[in-house]
Amino acid sequence: MTSSEAHISVRDLRKQYGSFTAVDGVSFDIERGETFALLGPNGAGKSTTIEILEGYRDRSGGEASVLGVDPQHGGLDWKARLGIVLQSSGESGNVTVKEQLAHFAGLYPNSRDVDEVIAAVGLTEKAKTRIKSLSGGQRRRVDVALGVIGRPELLFLDEPTTGFDPEARREFWELIRSLKREGTTILLTTHYLDEAAQLGDRAGVIAGGRLIDIGRIDEIGAADARTPVVRWHDQNGLHEERTTEPARVVAQLYAATGAEPSGLEVIRPSLEDIYLGLVGAHLREESTPSGEAATEAQSKELA
Amino acid sequence: MNTIALGLSRARYETRVYFRQGDTVFFTFLFPIVMLTIFSVAFSAAGNFGTNPDGSGGISAAAFYVPGMIAAGILLSGVQNLAVDIAVERGDGTLKRLGGTPLPVVSYFIGKIGQVLITSLAQIALLLLIARFAFNVALPTDGGKWLTFVWVYLLGIMTSAVLGIALSRIPRSGKSATAVIIPIVLVLQFISGVYLQFSQLPTWLQNVASVFPLKWMAQGMRSVFLPDSFSRVEQNGSWDLGLVALVLAIWLVVGLVAARFTFRWIRKD
Repeated sequence: MTSSEAHISVRDLRKQYGSFTAVDGVSFDIERGETFALLGPNGAGKSTTIEILEGYRDRSGGEASVLGVDPQHGGLDWKARLGIVLQSSGESGNVTVKEQLAHFAGLYPNSRDVDEVIAAVGLTEKAKTRIKSLSGGQRRRVDVALGVIGRPELLFLDEPTTGFDPEARREFWELIRSLKREGTTILLTTHYLDEAAQLGDRAGVIAGGRLIDIGRIDEIGAADARTPVVRWHDQNGLHEERTTEPARVVAQLYAATGAEPSGLEVIRPSLEDIYLGLVGAHLREESTPSGEAATEAQSKELA
Repeated sequence: MNTIALGLSRARYETRVYFRQGDTVFFTFLFPIVMLTIFSVAFSAAGNFGTNPDGSGGISAAAFYVPGMIAAGILLSGVQNLAVDIAVERGDGTLKRLGGTPLPVVSYFIGKIGQVLITSLAQIALLLLIARFAFNVALPTDGGKWLTFVWVYLLGIMTSAVLGIALSRIPRSGKSATAVIIPIVLVLQFISGVYLQFSQLPTWLQNVASVFPLKWMAQGMRSVFLPDSFSRVEQNGSWDLGLVALVLAIWLVVGLVAARFTFRWIRKD
């Protein structure tokens, strides 16, 4: 892994709004051809981070390189290599799907075929419909189509499937997989953990402006976060046992009681469970005063 | 070269979108035509304007209002149209999306100015057709008058377009855009000799209006469409075309500089 292969490289990124720190020392790399999912609750700093990398916002501190260029000084040639799907759009939409895509295709030096892109987002039947007459989910697909029409090397997707029905989401995943196969680097933010698990090679979890974990999707979380849990009921209530050998625990349980335990479950924590565990732990840390602050308060009392 | 080609592509796109928006078509495109019709009909019974002491001569109300309505159309097509349009585009995310593409800012400007040129030419053509055939207004036959029309029009429309781009920075949101911009252009129309006869305004109000470009566009257009005898009631007793060119040129430069240096794809934090 050499730094020249990184399409995005971020070191100690900071963004300050007055006294509020939206992004607080975030560092990560995204390799060429990789799909990286940035996860986190609302207001965690995901969109601020992605908008700094897209060149929309200036950072307050740290280093950032996107396709080898500082996004604060990215020119038109740099923008031609990016695809950006913003979080929301409210354009009046007095043009048809096809007119809009044909127009945007003309802005890029090496754009994709308009009809193929319309087909890829499943809007062939709506190609001649004005965008304002589309449903929310269909408009979102137009956003995605506009993001990929320029054949980007690096695609930013900020909560791309919000408002999609489950079927549309699955079709969208197929589209993203085909972009991955072509070697497109993708930075994705999402609330849907299954989406990150389906598409992402690696994920970063951001909370309170800090990157609290980063790694391969199957490695996120603490070492024991993925250990299966055996759960059952008896007259004493609910029991849970975290174990690497769930079958043995179940067998022992059956041998000991001689009866079928009620409500028996073997649970392998999903990415969602692991994520909620991480974010929950972070929030608990935030709400209790840190050791340093407590000491400071004590020394003030003494003085 | 690519910047120009992209600008022309934007102009086509912008013009198509313009005519699909019912409200801009009415309040910007048809407004001067509607007003000309109302004034022409309302004052048709009041006799001619600028008659001799014995009541002979003079011109019809329609003929009298043509130059003012053309000037108002230039102001609306440039200032009102673009200032509202761009403020709305900033509010609804259109500019943010364009700012993420390799579209040069200058191409975006060319697209807007191209849209203004196309729509305002169509507007003036329609206005003159209605004046000529519905209200029987005699149009100038002298080539020199039309030459004056061409330069006053071009200088006026370019000035209005760049001022529109510059003023689009003022509304804080797309929703407030019409509420902020329309009063500005409406007041200018009342004090600049569009609806009210300029020579009948008090001198101090004439002096206030003379600071702004609309008064000079209207005066330039009067020199084209009104008989030369009407120049006697102008502020200096003449059409003052040199001053028309000078004031419009100053506003053009001011507008260009303001548009280029204040334009941003998004409001940066």
